[in-house]
Amino acid sequence: MTNVKEKGPEVTFTEPVESGNGMKTQEMVINMGPQHPSTHGVLRMELTLDGEIVTRAVPHIGYLHRCFEKHSEAMNDYTKVIPYVDRMDYVAAMNNELGYAIAMERLMGIEVNERVEYVRVIMAELQRIASHLLAVGTFGLDIGAFTPFLYCFIEREKILDIFEKASGARLLYNYIWIGGLMNDVPADFKTDTAAFVKSFRPKIKELNDLLSNNKIFVDRTANIGVLPAQVAVNYGVSGPSLRGSGFKWDLRKDDPYSIYDRFEFDVIVGNGEMGTLGDCWDRYIVRVWEMEESLKIIEQALDQMPEEGDVQESIPKKIRPPAGEIYCRTETPRGELGYYIISDKSTTPYRVKVRAPSFVNLSVLPAISVGAMVADMVAIIGSIDIVLGEVDR
Amino acid sequence: MKTTEELHQILSEEFGEDIIELKAEEVVAPWIVVKGDQIQKITKFLRDEPGLRFDSLMCLSGVHYPKENTLGVVYHLFSTTEKHKLTLKVIMPEDDAHLPTVEQVWKTADWHEREAFDMFGIRFDGHPDHRRILCPDDWEGYPLRKDYQVQEFYCGMKVKY
Repeated sequence: MTNVKEKGPEVTFTEPVESGNGMKTQEMVINMGPQHPSTHGVLRMELTLDGEIVTRAVPHIGYLHRCFEKHSEAMNDYTKVIPYVDRMDYVAAMNNELGYAIAMERLMGIEVNERVEYVRVIMAELQRIASHLLAVGTFGLDIGAFTPFLYCFIEREKILDIFEKASGARLLYNYIWIGGLMNDVPADFKTDTAAFVKSFRPKIKELNDLLSNNKIFVDRTANIGVLPAQVAVNYGVSGPSLRGSGFKWDLRKDDPYSIYDRFEFDVIVGNGEMGTLGDCWDRYIVRVWEMEESLKIIEQALDQMPEEGDVQESIPKKIRPPAGEIYCRTETPRGELGYYIISDKSTTPYRVKVRAPSFVNLSVLPAISVGAMVADMVAIIGSIDIVLGEVDR
Repeated sequence: MKTTEELHQILSEEFGEDIIELKAEEVVAPWIVVKGDQIQKITKFLRDEPGLRFDSLMCLSGVHYPKENTLGVVYHLFSTTEKHKLTLKVIMPEDDAHLPTVEQVWKTADWHEREAFDMFGIRFDGHPDHRRILCPDDWEGYPLRKDYQVQEFYCGMKVKY
């Protein structure tokens, strides 16, 4: 029988060591967080330090735990889960909704029409750009570059405006429903989106000039927090954090869902350009170039999108899936978001388990932070790009 | 790329029929039920055997079946090289729910198993850091069990609002 700890592990200190000049040195334990600006929420890191070098890092999570899974079981309707899903990864709500809708449609065998598919893809890719803008902007902010953050937020605001016109909300949309959409996109959606794509493309170059190739930024991020590809796969790391290690893996290509097989785009991987393969800079630059790829997808989708089609055509009147279970995964800006849904043929979900990408990506942190400086911890946490709402659910 | 039926065939030949059972009548995808005490051997075999190479554990979830008085652990496996998927299930009695950890096979299982312990009270023998992850360390009960009653007070604070 396993010995289960009811309390956290006892902190043990090493014996003081003579340092040669009559003084002694000793390891020190400090808490980074839960209230720390660079932890992007409420994450506590218990760091054991030898001087300024991290010898052990233990993340403590759960400060934002809202028991999403228990709430889902208490809703007597599958559609009522969608607003909760929004609140997990609150900076990429569209992608969360898309994953849930696809899982439910596969479970119930619903086919949606072309217009719905295209609107969903465009929304998901716009959300990916918005989320990556936030990720690279705040990453720069953590490192000490304030200006690029503001430039990123100007662009992000334009995307939120498009979302607001379509759904009425700027952050938590409840827009993608099981079998369709809340309502059709407004008449000027196509022109708005096309105008955004046109205006945003040169901004990526601007961002590169401002931040990516900045000497101070490169010095702070290159060769820091190196994550080898095999370790990443074993830890279940996914999304840009995995691709930064040079592992070519994107669910949009490798396990396609929705209509992603119709679009031409590249999977961006890190190549160790500024330092070692899989360092913080590689993870960062993957996000920057992925925005360019998302623009490509949006352009193609705008061209192919049919003008006609009822977006609520296949929304079922009553959602009562057949008894059974499904594990369905989609690629969100943070990686592989999986829904494991069990239905017992009633209108209430029996079990909704979420495999949150941030949760799994964060678990690799102790493995890559040993030997780093305290200041590097900020860079490492920023480069994994976690959202604590999703880690704790 | 192998189907669950083919994988079931391979596993039956390797480990014998009595510890492995195929459930094929389900709606979306079939799964394989295995005996809990063999899970380490089976997962290690699935990971290392050429032609199988399940190098990634996508998801590990706990499930409560109050009607049968059992708890289940569901493993969703995937191979990034062979591109096949497999669902394994372990079913165990509610009052003595424990099984060996697979943390040594896939490191990602570490936090997933801690979550399953936190939410369902399933114990993973041999886990290196076996404690709660989302709830506080001194929380009482296992929230995702169907018969869970929330405690009245936590550290002197009223819990139910």
